[in-house]
Amino acid sequence: MAMDLSKASFWGYKRENGRIGVRNHVIILPVDDLSNAACEAVAHNIKGVMAIPHPYGRLQFGADLDLHFKTLIGTGSNPNVAAVIVIGIEDGWAKKVADGIAATGKPVCSFGIEMHGDHDTIMRASKMAKEYLQGASELRREERPLKDLWISTKCGESDTTSGCGANPTVGNAFDKLYPHKTTLVFGETTELTGGEHLVAARCRTDEVRKRFQFMFDRYQAIIDKHKTSDLSDSQPTKGNIAGGLTTIEEKALGNIQKIGKKCMIDGVLDKAEEPTGPGLWFMDSSSAAAEMVTLCAASGYTVHFFPTGQGNVVGNPILPVIKLCANPRTVRTMSEHIDVDVSGLLRREMTPDQAGDALLDCMFRTANGRLTAAEALGQRQFVLTRLYESA
Amino acid sequence: MIHFVVHDEGDGVGVVVVEGIKTGQEMIGWIMDQDKEIKVEAKNDIPIGHKVSLRDYKSGDTVIKYGVDIGKVVAPIPKGAHAHVHNIKTKRW
Repeated sequence: MAMDLSKASFWGYKRENGRIGVRNHVIILPVDDLSNAACEAVAHNIKGVMAIPHPYGRLQFGADLDLHFKTLIGTGSNPNVAAVIVIGIEDGWAKKVADGIAATGKPVCSFGIEMHGDHDTIMRASKMAKEYLQGASELRREERPLKDLWISTKCGESDTTSGCGANPTVGNAFDKLYPHKTTLVFGETTELTGGEHLVAARCRTDEVRKRFQFMFDRYQAIIDKHKTSDLSDSQPTKGNIAGGLTTIEEKALGNIQKIGKKCMIDGVLDKAEEPTGPGLWFMDSSSAAAEMVTLCAASGYTVHFFPTGQGNVVGNPILPVIKLCANPRTVRTMSEHIDVDVSGLLRREMTPDQAGDALLDCMFRTANGRLTAAEALGQRQFVLTRLYESA
Repeated sequence: MIHFVVHDEGDGVGVVVVEGIKTGQEMIGWIMDQDKEIKVEAKNDIPIGHKVSLRDYKSGDTVIKYGVDIGKVVAPIPKGAHAHVHNIKTKRW
């Protein structure tokens, strides 16, 4: 019998804006590549805070710069984050990011390195980081209804077992979560190629369908402009092909299993855009694992389902990534990366309902504080999506 | 014991879900949507996760999996043979 979710709850951290987090991170967030060293030094000084370095933030402009700010502000605003220190080479943009995060009401401050140098910046930021960390350490979890959980999904290093095992397991879980007013999202725009008509058919209204088609066509135009045969072994990837996937259409049809059989697509988001209500959302996004998961975190999602076939090891600094796998060889050779083994599905030892329940059970344990394999292994890929060249 | 799975009985390919399938081996397949079993003899060694053809295909045919078009046949594929990038290509890019 399937898990009864009608009275399900989890233990989370209530933030100033009412959102519920399942982690309590204090992050040191660089605006740009030049501020990584200072952020890492602060994280070295103050035990328990986390720097999340990245290579971008200089000479970006227009929509690409807007997305950069949106992703940084969204990351800091995520309810899995208790407090944020922002450091930038220039204080103007650091303050812009901090002001964006401050709208949530959480503790945040910013530092610019110019006119101070690294040493003075690191000292002042470390003092604030210590205050924030001690403040966060006094926060307590409270019991919250399931609907307060925001769950994202994206698969990676997929193979054919993803399409018949791990991805339908996410679909089974999504079909069970959807009626309970949770906020769900999937994306990977190019990886719907060949199955886009099936996604369009699942859109709740014509307006949603039109917006989905607009996002799909916009991404296809980029692919058409630069395309090579099989996109240079990138789509499908060499790993996908080694795992038995042959064409993008086959990969896409496996991918789409993640949205289950029943839930409808209630809305469409642009990259790093926050959803405005419960339901299943489609987010226009890259299909590269870390980029997509980073965008989910920036949109405010707090738990992630990541089915893999050949064994993608991705994690995220602030979003717990739950890995599930149906390939018995991957489960055997890469067991430390897998949170939920659903390989029994392909031996007919496990039903889809049992697999879905096993994933939901892991989701509740993760939400309540159990570290995922990716968290325990220190997999913290923070990868910002770029739209085009810097100036 | 199941050696391969098929999503839908209209599909022309199945997915090998065990390691070590050898030429000549009789394989048992499970059609998931209709919950039926079928048997096919392997015409090649087929690695786990790779596809076995369930019918004789000629060049230009369309391959169906999940009940949907997944690409075109570019070299003949006999029933029981390994179906992959050497005999199936995308129709998209």
